[in-house]
Amino acid sequence: MATQTSNDGSFLQNLGKIYGLYTGGFLAFVVLLAILEQMGVPNRVLGYLFVFFTIAVYAIIGVLSRTAQVSEYYVAGRKVPALYNGMATGADWMSAASFVGMAGTLFLLGYDGLAWVLGWTGGYVLVSVLVGPYLRKFGAYTVPDFMSFRFGGNFARFLAVIVLVCCSFTYVTAQIFGTGIIASRFLGMQFEVAVFVGLAGILLCSMLGGMRAVTWTQIAQYIVLIVAYLTPIIILSTKKYGIPIPELTYGQAIADITAREQQLLKDGLATAANLKPHIQPWLNYTQLNFFAIILCMMVGTASLPHILMRYFTTPSVREARQSVAWSLFFIFLLYFSAPAYAAFSKLEVYTNIIGRSVTDIRPWMFTWGELGLIQVCGKNAATLDAIVAACKAIAGHPGVVRLQDFAINTDVIVLSTPEIAGLPYVVSGLVAAGGLAAALSTADGLLLAIANALSHDIYYKMIDPNAPTVKRLTVARILLVVVAVAAAATAATRPADILAMVGWAFSLAMAGNFPALVMGIWWKRATTAGAIAGIIGGFGIAILYLVVTRYFPGFGVAYLGMSSLTTPTGAPLVDLAKAMAAPNAMDTFVGAAHPLASKVGWFGITNIAAGLIGMPVGFALIYIVSLMGKEPSKEMQAFIDEIRKPRGRTVLQEKD
Amino acid sequence: MSTTTKGTSANDQAHWRKTTKLMWTHLAIWFFFGYVIHFFAPALNKIVILGFPLGFYMAAQGSLIAFVVQLFLFAKQQDKIDREFGVAED
Repeated sequence: MATQTSNDGSFLQNLGKIYGLYTGGFLAFVVLLAILEQMGVPNRVLGYLFVFFTIAVYAIIGVLSRTAQVSEYYVAGRKVPALYNGMATGADWMSAASFVGMAGTLFLLGYDGLAWVLGWTGGYVLVSVLVGPYLRKFGAYTVPDFMSFRFGGNFARFLAVIVLVCCSFTYVTAQIFGTGIIASRFLGMQFEVAVFVGLAGILLCSMLGGMRAVTWTQIAQYIVLIVAYLTPIIILSTKKYGIPIPELTYGQAIADITAREQQLLKDGLATAANLKPHIQPWLNYTQLNFFAIILCMMVGTASLPHILMRYFTTPSVREARQSVAWSLFFIFLLYFSAPAYAAFSKLEVYTNIIGRSVTDIRPWMFTWGELGLIQVCGKNAATLDAIVAACKAIAGHPGVVRLQDFAINTDVIVLSTPEIAGLPYVVSGLVAAGGLAAALSTADGLLLAIANALSHDIYYKMIDPNAPTVKRLTVARILLVVVAVAAAATAATRPADILAMVGWAFSLAMAGNFPALVMGIWWKRATTAGAIAGIIGGFGIAILYLVVTRYFPGFGVAYLGMSSLTTPTGAPLVDLAKAMAAPNAMDTFVGAAHPLASKVGWFGITNIAAGLIGMPVGFALIYIVSLMGKEPSKEMQAFIDEIRKPRGRTVLQEKD
Repeated sequence: MSTTTKGTSANDQAHWRKTTKLMWTHLAIWFFFGYVIHFFAPALNKIVILGFPLGFYMAAQGSLIAFVVQLFLFAKQQDKIDREFGVAED
């Protein structure tokens, strides 16, 4: 594009108009599909239209934003205004786990699920106060750039790349998994095929234009995802309570749930053992783990490379700070609505499913039952006959669905809410398009972070510093595809629960990055040896804790002094003596169903919060080892002074 | 954390002192809304407003609103400090 610069000027000035038109166009499209539905167009066709139209729009934006300039490819030319960067960060941030999984988690865990809501919002305070603006002033393309400059070169860079790849890859696998669930449900594809179709969509957005393309598509994706998330509950809130502000009216739903919980107990449809009151704290997580998860998610936020690098794209340090505030505002819009989803669907399930006759099961459940996501009486709720037979097989079953008979996968709550509430199919399609936008946008950002680290940090900085621009960008694109395919292949094996995988990614980022980033900026005395010791020690112990508790729990108990985690009432989760005497106790690479897997640890800390064990070790090592050596050079201290002041040129000047 | 002051101008030092103070202030607010208040959730739940038990409300909405407001405020305050010491961008 020869006229790129002049095009850019008018493009940036007209951002409001362009995205306003886009939003109007999207709403008109939804209305058009609603009319088509009334005219009798079948649901499957509507689902296809939704998915293909939105992916096509993202792909067009991606292609239009293609670039051959290095700074455009890595940091979108550093000219994304604060508000729009906030929107892009919102989409980058809110993943399949937030859009699809969050409400479901709150549905299942009640108050305890709010640990995730708090953890995934409060971290932005740390981003803005401690890390983000300083990295913007530094002028890096990637987080490892900073580590290398501050901590003596390529060894620190290499460690930072390892941390980045470990946490981002864990995270991206969860995203592609989410894409697969949505595509398989709405397009009726086989799950494994759907994973690769979703992948093609992701690549179209990011491959040609790097950060520049990802930024402008993420803004488009944010608009789709927020409209999709809020529409069903706004309709529901208006229908039920006459006020279109679900965040206000769900208080009533919570009061109704609490009343209904008492009723279920009285009618014998639930027992005190299986009913966990929605508003009561610390019934699912111990108090310690509740706060540990909050801390790990918050600190992890301020350590995740794909989020930090979004603030490299703003025009100034001041806008980087404003942009963090806008990011949290746009994220907040979804997160403070998620508990409303959970409350409305819990009320629906408690009033319209539990307590109904088994033969009266509502047919919307069968599509989810076929996918194994809803079970009644212990069997997939695929057909009415299957359910009736399954319940008959249970001795003494009253023929009415009891709380213990009903099991729902958390991923289904948001996707099925429109159907549960009897809204037209067009709303379901909209929600699917939103979930897809959330998963695609996060996967884009993550893949870009990984591919950039490999192409910029490993290839350009460590292997071939003389590589010409064209070659650098070609390598970046090839690596992007390779990483994407590897992640999709991993996702197709259905590794596990999305939320746990995402939690691990945060813990790893926290243990590996946070101490070195914060000390590097806030403590001039931090030395290369200290940082390297801190990264290796902190990250090492976190990953050890995670791997041992998840895959080698018997080894942990026998040799590392681990004990059983406890339930919130203080009872051990497993009987260690019995489990260790069993023949499978010392098995390696155990499956999730192994009696000890993820159930042992130190101090009763769940492995989702492994970062809590790694981070203090990292801080302590940096402090002690730094004080043992000589203080950093005068030049380095002068550079740190520069990072701390917004005025002036960036410290690192990249040649294009 | 002690900071070495060699080679840093007096103006920069004063700027950084004020910045550090603002940092601790905001970390304290963050700690209060992120953790302290939720220790009292069971007690706060006894107060019910519009159907919301207060302990639940703080974790679901109250603290989130505090974080958003805090961040806009922080951006403004830090910018003011930067201007005061003449180190803000033009």
